[in-house]
Amino acid sequence: MSQNNVQLDPIRNAQVTWEGCSVLLDINDGDRLVFARLTSGSTLKIGNKNCSLQPLIGCPFGSLFQVDNGKEGPNLSRVIPSPEDDVQEKEDAQISGEFRDNRAIVDDNKAQCLSGEDIDEMRRQGATGEEIVEALIANSATFEKKTSFSQEKYKLKKQKKYAPKVLLRRPFARRFLRVDTLSLLLSMGNVAANSDVLVVDMAGGLLTGAVAERLGGTGYVCNTCIGDSPYPMDIVRIFNFSNEICKSIVRASVSDVTSQSETSEQSDQLESACNMEIQSNEQKSSSVSMEDISLSSENGVSDLILEANHSPVNKISKSHKVGEKASQETLKLWKENGFSSMIVVAPELDPWSFVKDLLPLLSYSAPFAIYHQYLQPLATCMHSLQVRKMAIGLQISEPWLREYQVLPSRTHPCMQMSGCGGYILSGTRTATNASSQQ
Amino acid sequence: MLPTDPTKKISFTRCIKEGDLVIVYERHDCMKAVKVCQNSAFQNRFGAFKHSDWIGKPFGSMVFSNKGGFVYLLAPTPELWTLVLSHRTQILYIADISFVIMYLELVPGCLVLESGTGSGSLTTSLARAVAPTGHVYTFDFHEQRAASAREDFERTGVSSFVTVGVRDIQGQGFPDEFSGLADSIFLDLPQPWLAIPSAKKMLKQDGILCSFSPCIEQVQRSCESLRLNFTDIRTFEILLRTYEIRQWRADCGQGTGGGSAGSIRHKRKQHLIEGSGEKENPNNSTVMARPNGEARGHTGYLTFARLKCLS
Repeated sequence: MSQNNVQLDPIRNAQVTWEGCSVLLDINDGDRLVFARLTSGSTLKIGNKNCSLQPLIGCPFGSLFQVDNGKEGPNLSRVIPSPEDDVQEKEDAQISGEFRDNRAIVDDNKAQCLSGEDIDEMRRQGATGEEIVEALIANSATFEKKTSFSQEKYKLKKQKKYAPKVLLRRPFARRFLRVDTLSLLLSMGNVAANSDVLVVDMAGGLLTGAVAERLGGTGYVCNTCIGDSPYPMDIVRIFNFSNEICKSIVRASVSDVTSQSETSEQSDQLESACNMEIQSNEQKSSSVSMEDISLSSENGVSDLILEANHSPVNKISKSHKVGEKASQETLKLWKENGFSSMIVVAPELDPWSFVKDLLPLLSYSAPFAIYHQYLQPLATCMHSLQVRKMAIGLQISEPWLREYQVLPSRTHPCMQMSGCGGYILSGTRTATNASSQQ
Repeated sequence: MLPTDPTKKISFTRCIKEGDLVIVYERHDCMKAVKVCQNSAFQNRFGAFKHSDWIGKPFGSMVFSNKGGFVYLLAPTPELWTLVLSHRTQILYIADISFVIMYLELVPGCLVLESGTGSGSLTTSLARAVAPTGHVYTFDFHEQRAASAREDFERTGVSSFVTVGVRDIQGQGFPDEFSGLADSIFLDLPQPWLAIPSAKKMLKQDGILCSFSPCIEQVQRSCESLRLNFTDIRTFEILLRTYEIRQWRADCGQGTGGGSAGSIRHKRKQHLIEGSGEKENPNNSTVMARPNGEARGHTGYLTFARLKCLS
C-alpha cells in the first residue's frame, strides 16, 4: 500500500514549546489545570511557593516535570518516566488476597509522628519529595494496618503534596460547555475544511476557536452577535493559532449579513466596537500571564471557572489578530451561497427570537445545532420551526457523560459526575418555506 | 459529501444533478440514500417519485410522488450517512463519533490509523475531520467488508481521503511504513491489547490512542497493557437522551390526564394551529417536552491514552 504524501499541519504537529506560546499545565494528574504563557518571567504557584516556568521552554509537549527542593527554592526539573516494571508485581499481590480491613483503625489524627517542622528541616537539607514521602510512610503508625489499596491511595496523596508533578500539555479550552456537548455541536454542525460556519458564541470564544480549529485555516467562521455589542473572544487566544487560522475568524453583525447594502452608520459602530475589542484583548494578553482554571470536580469534565490572574509582565502579546470585520467580498459570498451550517451557544437568550432571522442565511439543506442549558426555550424553538416547515430532522438531545476509574479489582464509575451537559436542538434547513406550501 | 470539492459544496446555487447522492427523508427515523439517475424512480409507501423531477431542484426541497405524497431530499453529511448506511457490522453513532474526534484532537492535516473499518460509520467522520490535507488509513481483516467499505467511500465522495487495507491488526500489527507518523489511532477490536504494542510504534510523540470496547473486561485488560507506555489513560461512556415535544391545548381539554388539564387555566385567547397560517402566540408555554421512551442504554466504553514522552 502506498503512503500518501501527507502535508503536515504546522501547529498540530508542533512538538516542542517556544517562547511566548500558550500551554496547559496539568498538575498532579488532572487535579489542577493552569493555562500559562511561557516567558522567561512567568511563574507557577505550587503549594505556597512560586516556580519559574523557564525550564519548560523548548521542551516537547507531553514532557513531565517535578518540583525539586533546590538551594534557591523550589524549581521545576524534567523527569523521564521509566516504564512501570513493578506494576505487574504490585497488581498480583493485590489480587491474590487482601485480608486487612479498617476495623482497628481510628481516625484521631495522631498516627503521623513527623511534624511540619521536621519536614521543613528535611527540605532544607535537600531531601527529595520521594524521600519525604518514604519518611512519612515509615513514621505512620497505622500504615501497616491499611489494605494495600488504602496504602497505595495514601502514598499517592503524599506524593501529590510533597513531590508534585507537572505535565506540559497543549492547551485546550473549556468553559461551561462540557467537552461532549461541544464535540456534538461540532459534528452536528458538520464543521469541516472549506465550510462557512455561522456562529453565535456567548462562551467567550470557546465555540469560535473550536470551529476554527476544525476548519484548519480554510473557509470562515463568522462570529455574529445579536444586538450591537460584539461578544468577547478571549479564549481564542489560548489556542496558539497560526496566522492562517486567525484570518478565518471574522466578525459580522446580523444586519451586515442580512442587509443588501451596507448601512454605514451601523457598520461604523460595529467597526469601532470591534477595534476596541481587539485592542483590549491585546492589552489584556500583555498583562495576563496566567489564567487559573479551578476544577469543580475530580474528573475534570464538568464546568470550569475561568479566573484571570493579573500579574504584571512587560511582554507584548505575539498572538495574531482575530475577529477582524468580514470584508465586503466575503459578505457578498455568503449572501450568494449561504452559510454551510450554524452553531449557536447563547445561554441567556431565547433561541427562537433570533434563529428565525438567521436560518434564512443558511444554504438549503444546511445543518444547524443550537445549545441551551434549559430545555423549554429549545422546545418552543423546535415547535416554531416545525410549524413553519423551516427545518426537518429536528431533534432535542441531552448528552450524558460518565468517566470510569479502571484499576485492578477497583473498576467502577467515578464518584463525581457532571449533571449539566445542557441540551442541543439540531436539524436541517429546508428549501421550502411556509408561503410556498400551497 | 465534503465541501473540499467546490463543485459539491452546498449553496443556494447548487442544484441536484444526475449522479448525485441524495438522502431521501420520509421521517426523522426513516431515511434512505439514493443515487440520482435520470430514468429511475424511487418507490415508497407514498408512491413513486421520478428522479427526473428531482434534477434541477435545490437540496432541501420537498418533492411529490404520483399519488401526492411527499418526501424531502437532503444533501448527505457524515451524520446522515451514519443513519442510512447498510450495517454489515454494529456501527458507532453520533455521540461516540463526535467525542472520539474531539478527544483524538483531529484537525485537517492529521494522519489517522483505524481498525476495524466495519461498516465505515466512524471512518466517514474521520475523513471529514482530517480532509483535505490529512488521511485515514483504515484496516479490516474481512476482505468483502473492506471492499464494501471502499464502495461506500466512493459513493459518498470521501475516497480521496481514505485508504482501506485488508489486514489482521491484532495478529500482525499496523504496517511498519507508518511508524512514528500517526497523529492518532482508533481501535475497535475484540482484543485491542494485542494491537497496543504496534500502536505505540506507530504514534508520533504525544500521539493519542482511543479504544472502543463494549465489555468492561476488555477495558480492564486494555488499560493494563496501556500503562506501560501511555499516560493520561481515561475511560468514558457517552450517551444521548432525546426529547419529544408536544403541543398542549389547554382550552380544548386535550392532553394526558384530566388532573393536569384542570390545573392549567389560561386567560389567553384560544388559537388553532393551522400549518403556515398560525397566529403567533407570544406566550408559547404550551409546548412541553419529555424524554423519549426508548433510550439507548449502552454502546461501549471509550478509553483514551497519550503516548508517554520518553525523550
